[in-house]
Amino acid sequence: MPDSVQEKVIDIIARQAVLDRSDVSLNQTLEDLGIDSLALVESIFSIEEAFDIEVPFNANNPAESDFDISSVASIVKAVKKLLSEQGG
Amino acid sequence: MNRVVITGAGTINALGHSVPATMEAMRDGRCGIGELKIRDVERLSVRIGGQVREYEAEIHFNRQQISLFDRFTQFTMLATKEAIGQSGLKFAGELAVRSGVVLGTAGGGVNTWDENYRSVYEDGKNRVHPFVVPKLMNNAAASHVSMEYNLKGPSFTVATACASSNHAMGQAFNLVRSGVAPVMVTGGSESMLCFGGVKAWEGLRVMSKDACRPFSANRNGMVQGEGAAIFVFEDYSHAKARGADILAEVVGFAMSSDAADIVMPSKQGAARSISGAMTDAGLNPTDVGYINAHGTGTAANDKTECAAVADVFGHHADKLMISSTKSMHGHLIGGTGAVELLACIMALRDGVIAPTIGYQEPDPECALDVVPNEARDAKVTAVLSNAFAFGGMNAVIALRKI
Repeated sequence: MPDSVQEKVIDIIARQAVLDRSDVSLNQTLEDLGIDSLALVESIFSIEEAFDIEVPFNANNPAESDFDISSVASIVKAVKKLLSEQGG
Repeated sequence: MNRVVITGAGTINALGHSVPATMEAMRDGRCGIGELKIRDVERLSVRIGGQVREYEAEIHFNRQQISLFDRFTQFTMLATKEAIGQSGLKFAGELAVRSGVVLGTAGGGVNTWDENYRSVYEDGKNRVHPFVVPKLMNNAAASHVSMEYNLKGPSFTVATACASSNHAMGQAFNLVRSGVAPVMVTGGSESMLCFGGVKAWEGLRVMSKDACRPFSANRNGMVQGEGAAIFVFEDYSHAKARGADILAEVVGFAMSSDAADIVMPSKQGAARSISGAMTDAGLNPTDVGYINAHGTGTAANDKTECAAVADVFGHHADKLMISSTKSMHGHLIGGTGAVELLACIMALRDGVIAPTIGYQEPDPECALDVVPNEARDAKVTAVLSNAFAFGGMNAVIALRKI
């Protein structure tokens, strides 16, 4: 069964990175994908819009945010967690 | 002090998407003002404007650029491409480090404010796109020009309402003249033809519902336009050394403040700017053959401006030509002086004086040669461009033929 959350997150990240979605894999980091700080906040905005959730992310200190952006997989996991918490 | 020359010009406005197209329209006395095509126009009482037509952002910019470029920035980028392209300059090394960009805008990203206010107030959304701030800020256009062309020297944005681009070009002129920068990219841009932008102007009751007829006894107000014009101001010896095509020389600039009223203009304030620009340029009143008027088509401006010109020029006021091209492209607010400088360049370079179109009835209080309705062939060697802003801030620039 396709993982629709994962599919959507990859779509959003691929769009920001201006890559084909097949070129985005779960173990890649945003840095690997060439996503800079502006593209990152835009990705988070797109995720909030797509899933109707609030992402707790502060660009001043991403490491302390309760939203793990260390890889594509961690973002997918974090989005799923938010969806279960916020019931989006 | 260095001499300062213009080696590139670019524009997009209601008359055309380039300098040649705009000048051709000015020569033909064509009107770029028409029915506004914007969202909720039926809720406006003023429904005309000098809108940029046949324009699609997607043709010129990619998705990422559009997410960061408000319409006023888009216009700036297109005009800059034409101007720097014409100049033939490439900014690298020492030239890049010392050259900069000074632009004028009154409202900056008004469309971005409008769209996002709509989104949170009208549509009830609780989140806006993360680039709203970098998109709407007044200096966004200047910043994107600096990034695109590698301009690393003095760069900023000036906001003095309707005099913004004249003030900006004055700063650029003095930066080159004083030797601070060998080249300055300058001019201005405005785009406030959206529901909120026009609605705000409606409130002042100074807008015409049918046409902009500067100096005509039956005028009934101003008409707003949009667009940008950008110029390359360059140290004369730098331009000469590289064999650049020189469009005109910038010879003087002056500014003054009425210190009187937030909207009503002052004859004395305007006169001090006009005479100041001539003094700065070393011009005698009789040297000036043409003035591009502020000429908004409001009773307050036109009468005050004509009286100021009569005071400064005395008998010569009856010999010089003074026209308002706002009758064709509308009032571009913070970008207006920049588009109007094109009429000054055309006068000096091509010997064609742009007309004041829509002129129907002489007004004894504006009894100057306003070049009514049809362009005129005339040889002029020195010209002025007036800008008198709300808030009483005046800026006049002087150009000479080269």
